[in-house]
Formats: sequence, C-alpha cells, structure tokens
Amino acid sequence: MAAKTLTIDGQLVSAEEGQTVLDAARDAGIYIPTLCHLNGIQDIGACRLCLVEITGSPKLLPACVTKVQEGMEVQTSSDRLRRYRRMILELLLAERNHVCSVCVSNGHCELQTLAAEHGIDHVRFEYLSPRLEVDLSHRLFGMDHNRCILCTRCVRACWHVEGAGTKNVAGRGIQSRIISDLNQPWGQSETCTACGKCVAACPTGALFNRGATVAEMQRDRTRLEYIVTAREKSQWIV
Amino acid sequence: MPRQITIDPVTRIEGHAKITIQLDEAGNVDNVRFHVVEFRGFERFCEGRPFSEMPGITARICGICPVSHLLASAKACDRILSVDIPPAAEKLRRMMNLGQIIQSHALSFFHLSAPDFLLGWEQPPERRNLFGLAAAEPELARRGIRLRQFGQEVIETLGGRKIHPAWAVPGGVRTALTPAGREALKARLPEAKESALMALDRFKKVLSTHKQELQVFGNFPSLFVGLVAPNGTWEHYDGHLCVMDSVGNVICDHADPTQYGSIIGEAVETSSYLKSPYYKPLGYPGGMYRVGPLARLNIARQMGTPQADEELSRFKTLGRGAVNASFMYHYARLIEILACVERLEEMLDDPDLLGTRLRADAGVNSLEGVGVSEAPRGTLFHHYNVDEKGVIRRVNLIIATGQNNLAMNRTVAQIARHYLTGSTISEPMLNRIEAGIRAFDPCLSCSTHADGRIALRVALLDAKGQVLDVANRL
Repeated sequence: MAAKTLTIDGQLVSAEEGQTVLDAARDAGIYIPTLCHLNGIQDIGACRLCLVEITGSPKLLPACVTKVQEGMEVQTSSDRLRRYRRMILELLLAERNHVCSVCVSNGHCELQTLAAEHGIDHVRFEYLSPRLEVDLSHRLFGMDHNRCILCTRCVRACWHVEGAGTKNVAGRGIQSRIISDLNQPWGQSETCTACGKCVAACPTGALFNRGATVAEMQRDRTRLEYIVTAREKSQWIV
Repeated sequence: MPRQITIDPVTRIEGHAKITIQLDEAGNVDNVRFHVVEFRGFERFCEGRPFSEMPGITARICGICPVSHLLASAKACDRILSVDIPPAAEKLRRMMNLGQIIQSHALSFFHLSAPDFLLGWEQPPERRNLFGLAAAEPELARRGIRLRQFGQEVIETLGGRKIHPAWAVPGGVRTALTPAGREALKARLPEAKESALMALDRFKKVLSTHKQELQVFGNFPSLFVGLVAPNGTWEHYDGHLCVMDSVGNVICDHADPTQYGSIIGEAVETSSYLKSPYYKPLGYPGGMYRVGPLARLNIARQMGTPQADEELSRFKTLGRGAVNASFMYHYARLIEILACVERLEEMLDDPDLLGTRLRADAGVNSLEGVGVSEAPRGTLFHHYNVDEKGVIRRVNLIIATGQNNLAMNRTVAQIARHYLTGSTISEPMLNRIEAGIRAFDPCLSCSTHADGRIALRVALLDAKGQVLDVANRL
C-alpha cells in the first residue's frame, strides 16, 4: 500500500493510503477530539467534533472520514475550531437533560470529559429540557433518552459488530430517538441478543446496566475493537 | 397604625428565608410568619427516574447533610429490593451517619450559633460570627472547626469524598473501610472527644447566664417525635418511631416508621414553600411537634455510651418529663456529638467493619419503599413508589426542618412578643429572632422539595390596604 506524506499541525506525518486524517494524527501522537468515533466501529462523521482545517478547502472537514492525501496540510487546532467544538458541545448539553452530578456515568463520560477539556463552565444556549422516558424494560440494561446525544455508536455496534440490528434511529432532526426494533420497549425486542455491546459503546450515561448507581458505569470500550480485529484480521490482541 | 417588619434575609442558617411580623393597631405583635422562599421540586422531578439513582439524586438536596438523604434513600431502595443488607454494610452506613451528625452539629453549634451566645447579642454583626469567635476564644473555635473536619473525614474515609459520596446504594454500600482508614480515624478520636467535652462545659456556663433565652426562645409545650431503639436507647439509623408529649408521656410507641402516614399529616401554608407536618391524631395545627436533637434526647432513656449517658441524665433534670426550651437544642446537639464520638470509639474495633460482602443484589420485589433515619436535624422520611420496572412513580419526602416548621413559627412569635415593644426595632431584638430560628438549625434547602402543588397567592392592595384584586395559582 502506498504511503502518503502530509503535515498535521506543521509536523511531517507519514500515513498509509486510505487511512483517515484522524488515524494518521493519532498514529503521530496528535490529539483530535472525537465523540461519535469509536475504534472498531465504522465512522460516519456525525458529531463534527473532529473537524479540522485543510489548506485549500474552504470547508472544515471531519478528520474521522477524510482520507489522507499526498501533500495535505492539516490544522487540528485553531481559534475557529475551538469555537465550533465548544458550540457543538454546548448544543449537545442544551438539547437534552445532562445532569452530570447524578448521572450513572459521572466521571467516566466522554461528553463530560470533552466539556471540561473545552472549558465549558456554563452553556450559552437555552436548555430545551425535554420530557424524555427512561426505558427499563430490558432485564439487564436501561436506556435513558435524557442522556443520549444520538452519536449512534450503539446502532453501529449492534448492526456491524453484533449483527443483531436491534438498535435504530427513528424520527428526524431534534425528534430523533434511538429505538429498539420497531420502536417497542427494549425488553420486548425479538432481535436483541442482550450482548451489551451497545452499552459498552455508549459515550454517556444513555445506556447503562440496570441497577447502576451514580458514577458507577465504567465501560471497557476496547472490547469492541478486540472483537472486530479478531474477526477481520484473525488477530486476538488483548 | 398596623406595620409590617420584615427580616430578609435571615442569616447564618442553611438556606434562604424571611420573617414577617405583623403589628396590630396598638403596635403589638399580631402575627409572625417564617417564610421559606426557596423552591426545589425534588418530589416531582424524580418521577420517571430509575429508583437505583435515588440515593445519588436525593443526596443533592443538601450539601450539609447529603449523607442523611443518601441513607434514608438507600433504606427506601432496600425495601424496594426487599433485602436485608449485609451486616458490614449496615454497620458502615451507621458509621457514616455518626460522622454526618458530628460534622453537621459542629457546624450548627460552633460556626452558626455559638457567636450569638458566646460573644453576646449586642455585638455588631461583623464581629458576631465565626471569625469573631476565633478572635475571642481561639481554642474553642479551632476545636470546633477540627471537630467538624473529623466528622467530614469519617464520611470521606468511607465514601471517598466529604460531600455527596455516591456510596450508599440500594442493597448496601459500594466500598469497604480499609484498615488504614480505620487507624487514621482512631487516631483522631481522643481529640474529638476532648473537644466535645470542652464545648459541653462551655455551654453549661452559658446556660447559667441565659435564663431569659431559656424562657423565651421557643419554650412552649409541643409533641416530640423521633426514632428510638426497642430498649429505649438513643437511635439514629433504625428503630421505632416514638411520639412523646410535652411532659414526657409516650403517646405513641413502637410505631413502625414505614407506616408514618398513619401518624403524620402534611399541611400546606400559602405563605411558605415549607410544608407543615403534624401529628395526625391531634389534627392541624394542634399536632405540632418538634424533631431533632431535643426530641431525640427527650425520647431516649439512655444514650448507650458512658459519658453521653452522664450528660443525658443532667439534661433530663432541666425539664419536667421533657425539656421544652428550644434553646436546649444546642445542649442536646453537643450531647449527641459526644455520643457519636463514643459510639465510633466502640465500633471501630468491630472486625465486621472490614468485611467485604457489602451489597445485596436483587431486582424490584416491592413496588413501594419507605426509608427512615435520623438526620442531624431530625427524623427523615423517604417514601417511593415504583412501577414493576423500577421507574419512580411517586416520591414523598418529609424533612426534619419541615417538621419543625410549626414550632419555628411559634418560636419567632414568642421572641417577637417578648422583645418587641413600641415601634422601635433594635438590632439585638432582630438578632434574637434569628437566633431563635437558628436553635432549630433549619436546613431550608433540604426541606422545600415539594412539587408544584403549592398555591401562590398574589394580592393587590391600594394605599389604604383595601384589596383590589386577588390571583390564586394552584
């Protein structure tokens, strides 16, 4: 496979053809914030946190789905990017009910960590405070729509890693909801294998083990990458 | 001419409140109201949440006594699971509650109330505070701060943090006590005990010079409610509910705390966000009762530890059957600190404490759970109804401060009637009214948790006091 040479934040980086800017940056030890990306699961560029500036492109491009090109000049950090990332995070926090102090994922939440990283000590937008349900119908897991950011990691893990196809997105825009099967209570799903991969994939407190108490949800997300690597490359790397 | 005197805000209490004093034509006190102007809404917004989150959510009701809510909530959740929690978990929960009572009582006594009666009512407000106390009696102030710190350290040693530890959970607790943590606490016990005894000695001197406060600061007959062990010993985590009258007759004994609804009613006054619980058989407002250290010590026949028992017998001589002076809350608080320190001394040697079986595992086995424990300020009730999946459908919280609401109103009225003459309002008089409230150590942020059922009454008056319009919101 041909190698591509590009610069990221002024640093000369060598990457494989077909690699994404995000992977190339991470291989080179350069940090780009992400939220909908999860190692082992295909990327869809949904959250827009990994937006980067590329010389010659008037648009900002998501690093997770932008392939490296020879001679590319990438900027992962600028005032404009920081401003946009902060706005994205604030909008996510304002859209549903994220109450960190009493959340099962407090202290282990990617949204919370990113908000702290971006210096969000308050949200400038009006909170929508929607009334949303908590689905506790599953015997092992719960789904709290209040904490969901619609990153669809759970949907992708369910379809592409487990292959069950239980999780889906219903509705459009701000009305979108993660559903099980044809929008029935999770516990009544005929396709769910109760594997828990969706729970492992969730970046916030939206999916959790039933009975979990405040700050108790700690997930081992590397398991998903382990399964995918084992299946696709026949390599069992713990 | 009728006048209204407003004290707003009331300071050195936990929360926000105001007091209005209504004078009649002759300039005498006609009516006094203690208004709690905060609104929280916990009973409503907890609906729809998984019950397993409730200890964590309700602990956020208060930053002073989060542990009290944590424990009452965890106990209510234990009932929903229908489990007996492992013995080590119960002992550790008790231990944390002792730490909680010590730190909260120390805060109330040294930081909030002592400047009033140790420095003197006539002292200007800028000096009548903890800093003033530290200047006048440095050793006592230092010990007070250290004592509170000790209580906080008990909490931190068990739960990992001083405030809002996410530690007590449905079915038990999350983490064990480490041998190192136990030794660290043991090392601090002697100093804590010395400080409690020193404060007791100091307060007994105050009693001899504050005869008037004893008579006027909320000294009236009322009922007393609290938990007590089956053998009559002071209790803080479990036990039976006991109701005692103002002369020491037990009028309701061995009541199952989970059946509180049959003995306690909750009245709503339009002037305050704070509900007014009352003893049902005597009706409202005749069923006024007090909870907290004063009530617990009136009800308990013994504290269960030697030095606290000595103090309790001294305390009992100060009333006929029961001590009715609310000023004695301070004394009762100090005796409880001593009892908590002594209990910690006894229990820290218990090998069970280091147990690692800490959490009973179960699903939803009951659709209702009531958890009752003694918070520093009095008996705390958490009552949840859930659906078969464990989603909260109804929450009722009865907080200590709410239960003292009627008595606090009565206290303010008594002090105002005594100290207010003519139309001059002196600073020391206002201070005494505030201090009367402080004796109860009210925690208003805790107690205004109700949902939106409270009526809001807005009256439009003209210059002559004629009502032009009234709007009611329910």
